[in-house]
Amino acid sequence: MNRDSNAYTFGFAAAMVVVVASVLAFTASSLKDFQQENVRKEKMQNILATIGIEIDRDGAEVLFNEYITSQLALRNDGTVDESVDPFSGIKLALELKKEPTQQRFPLYLADVQGASYYIIPLRGAGLWDAIWGYIALESDRNTIKGAVFDHKAETAGLGAEITQQWFMDRFVGEKVFDNDGKLVGISVSKTNNDPKDLDKNDHEVDAISGATITGDGISDMIIERLTHYQPYLEQTQTTTTVAANM
Amino acid sequence: MSKKTNKPIFLFVAKDKEPLFSKKNRALLTDPLDDNNPITVQVLGICSALAITVQLEPAIVMTISVIAVMGASNVIVSLLRNLIPNRIRIIVQLVVVASMVILVDQILRAYAYDVSKQLSIFIGLIITNCIVMGRLEAFALGNGVWKSLLDGVGNAAGYGFMLILVAFFRELFGSGNLYGYQIIPESFYEMGYVNNGFMLLSPMALITVGVIIWLQRARNRKLIEKG
Repeated sequence: MNRDSNAYTFGFAAAMVVVVASVLAFTASSLKDFQQENVRKEKMQNILATIGIEIDRDGAEVLFNEYITSQLALRNDGTVDESVDPFSGIKLALELKKEPTQQRFPLYLADVQGASYYIIPLRGAGLWDAIWGYIALESDRNTIKGAVFDHKAETAGLGAEITQQWFMDRFVGEKVFDNDGKLVGISVSKTNNDPKDLDKNDHEVDAISGATITGDGISDMIIERLTHYQPYLEQTQTTTTVAANM
Repeated sequence: MSKKTNKPIFLFVAKDKEPLFSKKNRALLTDPLDDNNPITVQVLGICSALAITVQLEPAIVMTISVIAVMGASNVIVSLLRNLIPNRIRIIVQLVVVASMVILVDQILRAYAYDVSKQLSIFIGLIITNCIVMGRLEAFALGNGVWKSLLDGVGNAAGYGFMLILVAFFRELFGSGNLYGYQIIPESFYEMGYVNNGFMLLSPMALITVGVIIWLQRARNRKLIEKG
């Protein structure tokens, strides 16, 4: 057999590709259940983290069932669609591409020692790829209890810093509605002149140096996703909460 | 290039009269730990050594992953060494390494999810680790299966040994922990001891590697370049 002939070279390459593809496909499909289970539990872990409950991944499911009292699939007009499973039936990435009337958005209601929280999943675009996260509002449906962010491919050390606790903590206590009851979201700002985020009524948090686009992505993601929930959040939002913020 | 043999390659080891752990074979395993260390002597694989040595745990997982990838790909390439067409041998080596890396990545994602998130792109970057391709091209293509396995594991262990050593010092002085457990007692901090945040940054990995190279050459004088 002449190992340098074209026919042999092509034959070898073709056989190699088939073998490698089968091995990898087999591995990927046989490990898929384990991997998805990890992702599912991590989602529960992240949702719990926004309301201040830190738990390892294995314990997440029990506490999730304990603290999350209901899960809703909301239409853009604020009504609930009972036919959709909010936790596993909605993929935000796909949902955002649909017609507005067809979109359904998940909302998780939590109850921790008598305090109720509204947890909203987020998804948007960073610099390189998708960014996502969860944001929890307190019972006034305005003040942020906690936020969790994650990303697919932001730059390590710059954009990827959004997953750090110190960055996520900056959102705690900020308000998403302004004093007139208008939804303004939270802006990741380079000019807020408040590096320690002491002013919790400015709707701004301090940006990360070198991560401008990722930060802008977070600002956009928060306001865009919250807009879907605005009709629901405003349904029972009383004037007293607005007044309290004055 | 080795001469083409008509012997079935699987029997190569058995036909060879050399004992499994002869002096020469042992040297394949132990040389890369010291005299021929990929990081401190050949200065290969530095980029990943800087990136994942902040803590011990990812360094250890990376070591195990690289040992698995290098051992397996050295064996596969050695098995195929008489079949691989010369003109596409680099491509074949790349495909073998890449598949091994994807296997490791998939397994980590299923069974060690947190570590896989932490190592993220660096597992994928094992493919570009020059040590891996270097050993395939320089050794596995011309040697038998058993020797290639020893060579792969030895070099990966030499790489991993340095990784763990650097991670040990960086985690100890940078965070006061080892493997996530606090080592430096609380009373030290109360007396005014402060963790050296600089140890957590990449430049200190380079300096740590430099100090190790210095110490190694002070002890092992034949490594000192003449000239």
